[in-house]
Amino acid sequence: MKHLHSPALVRGMTQPRTRRDVFRLAGLSAAGLALSACGVQGQKAEPPKADAVADYWAQQKQNNKVIFANWPEYMPEDHGPLKKFQQETGISYEYKEVINENTEFFGKADPVLRAGQPLGYDIVVMTNGIQLQHMFTLGYAVMLDQSKMPNFQANAGEAYKNRAYDPGNKYTMPFASGITGIAYNTKYVKDKITSIDALFDAKYEGRVGMMADAQEIANFGMIALGVDPETSTEDDWKKAGEKLKAQRDAGIVRKYYNQDYIDAVSRGDVWLTMAWSGDVFQRQLAGEPVAFVVPEEGGTIWTDNMLIPKGAANPVDAMMLMDYLYKPEIAAELDEYIQFVTPVPAVQDLLREKAESASGEDKKALLDMAESPLMFPTEADYAKLRSYTPLTTAKEQVFNPIFQSVTQA
Amino acid sequence: MRRLTPYLLALPSWMWLAIFLVVPLAAMASVSLQTGNVIDGFVMTFSFSNYGDALGTYSTQLVRSLGYGATATAAMLLIGYPVAYWIAFKGGNRKSVYLFLLLLPFFVSFVLRTISWGFLLADDGILLGTLKGWGVLSADFHVLATSFAVIAGLTYNWLPFMILPIYVSLERVDPRLVEAAQDLYASRGTAFRKVVLPLSLPGVFAGVLMTFVPATADPVNAQVLGGTGNTMIGNIIQTEYLVNNDYPTASALSFTLMAVLLVGIFVYARVLGTDNVLEAAAR
Repeated sequence: MKHLHSPALVRGMTQPRTRRDVFRLAGLSAAGLALSACGVQGQKAEPPKADAVADYWAQQKQNNKVIFANWPEYMPEDHGPLKKFQQETGISYEYKEVINENTEFFGKADPVLRAGQPLGYDIVVMTNGIQLQHMFTLGYAVMLDQSKMPNFQANAGEAYKNRAYDPGNKYTMPFASGITGIAYNTKYVKDKITSIDALFDAKYEGRVGMMADAQEIANFGMIALGVDPETSTEDDWKKAGEKLKAQRDAGIVRKYYNQDYIDAVSRGDVWLTMAWSGDVFQRQLAGEPVAFVVPEEGGTIWTDNMLIPKGAANPVDAMMLMDYLYKPEIAAELDEYIQFVTPVPAVQDLLREKAESASGEDKKALLDMAESPLMFPTEADYAKLRSYTPLTTAKEQVFNPIFQSVTQA
Repeated sequence: MRRLTPYLLALPSWMWLAIFLVVPLAAMASVSLQTGNVIDGFVMTFSFSNYGDALGTYSTQLVRSLGYGATATAAMLLIGYPVAYWIAFKGGNRKSVYLFLLLLPFFVSFVLRTISWGFLLADDGILLGTLKGWGVLSADFHVLATSFAVIAGLTYNWLPFMILPIYVSLERVDPRLVEAAQDLYASRGTAFRKVVLPLSLPGVFAGVLMTFVPATADPVNAQVLGGTGNTMIGNIIQTEYLVNNDYPTASALSFTLMAVLLVGIFVYARVLGTDNVLEAAAR
């Protein structure tokens, strides 16, 4: 599949489509259909040669526009950081909140990229996990131009430059990290929640929300059993599946949620639920009665990563924007809104400084953020946090059914 | 040449059928018999066991979907027939206003409307919260995350597709036929039963067809309004396709669902007395 990276083809894929191209594409998809009649082609890509990457980038030029696809509630509503980028560079942006789940996003992107067509986005954001690995393996991620990330090299935290799933930052730059823990509605839950066992407590029958995502729910099943997901075995998965099934059959779980869990807990449909840290802080800012806790048995940490999908029309502009988000003052502005863990450690001091000059409520809010262990975890905090189970495609076919038979009965 | 003209004129519709129905169906049939995974690709192995495996694993959800679809269709018929009757016979010269009002909510996206029901029916929301405040309902009462919520959602979302065909067939009933029946000493009930109802059956048939099929296959209502035990077959197909990237299983399930629905419709057409009805429905 080396020809996929030939400069001519890449050029062809990164240019705007004319009407004639559309007809050619239609022809291509007809050919694709004919192919599918004898099998859907595998796409496993050889890692491209170093000079192929250089060649690719040598062919690209700045187009003064960039299309950024991200998750909801992941950018200040006034698009501050993006607007500043536009003012400084003259590159106009389109920002689209189209990613709700890694699985579903990959499921929709795969046939398009497989057919060699562009996704229509220059930057997409995906969590470390099996779908991100698929993107690398299948050659769906453009290898980054290491010479175009000065802010990243200067300002990213060490942990964010050395990530096990993308050594050498070949394909991705982190957008933010977050923690999966427990959120609860303080209007209904009067006890202080500390343990993961609360999610399995019959006292909260019908009032517990769990996540529908197989990896997320598996993690919590395993942590409740005292197993570290990162080193878990098939046997552990089965036991965790049993525990989660018992929890469901006892009527404790009300529903298995996607992103909509946050509405359910803040309006009181569920009283406590698995949750992503930053979502809860944003709701707290909005004055809703929700609290977030990392269970004493442990929670999980994950990282959302920016990457350039194959066939992106404006890769140079995309590199510039991704790197721009690593300017400390921009990262600070972003993190002040999203309140997840920023990959730029200097943000903590910037927030403290800003708190100095602020007053009243703002000062308190900024100080709370700057000192929050959930936004700036210490070494000790990190020790309590677990990572996802690394899965191969073969293992995924064992793993998924165990947990989907719980969530999709 | 002249003899060929009708065929040439029909060509676009045949092309349409070929491109948007036959080719995708053939591709799906082919994929449903393949094995493999998303990384290494899928290969045709004529693996008919895909069907058995998929059915064995997901028969609960399939049966549940048919049950939900049938219940929702029955509910739509019970609610929709009187509405259609009223508009057709008592609507006077405001008929089009009523029909427009009926369709008005459908200018909003289907998913948004369903999510809005989530807000309306929230445990402490506008409706239940108020009733609980008055002490009419116990604090633990909830509608969301139950099979009732899913069926109600299905009923709401497809109701107009039941009402419109019934309205069309009732609208065509000549009121003088009812007068004639009453002149022949039929009571109003008998006149309805012997004259109006049979004449409206094609509309009922079309309505049932247009609502039962999408309601059975729908994944949105179960996902937004359902709970832990309300997964429908549409959700499973979606998961197999988008989450597990198991295209063969997803295709096999889609085909099975289609086959079951076709057989169901065929039996239903037979029972209802068939050819006339089909013909009338097509008119």
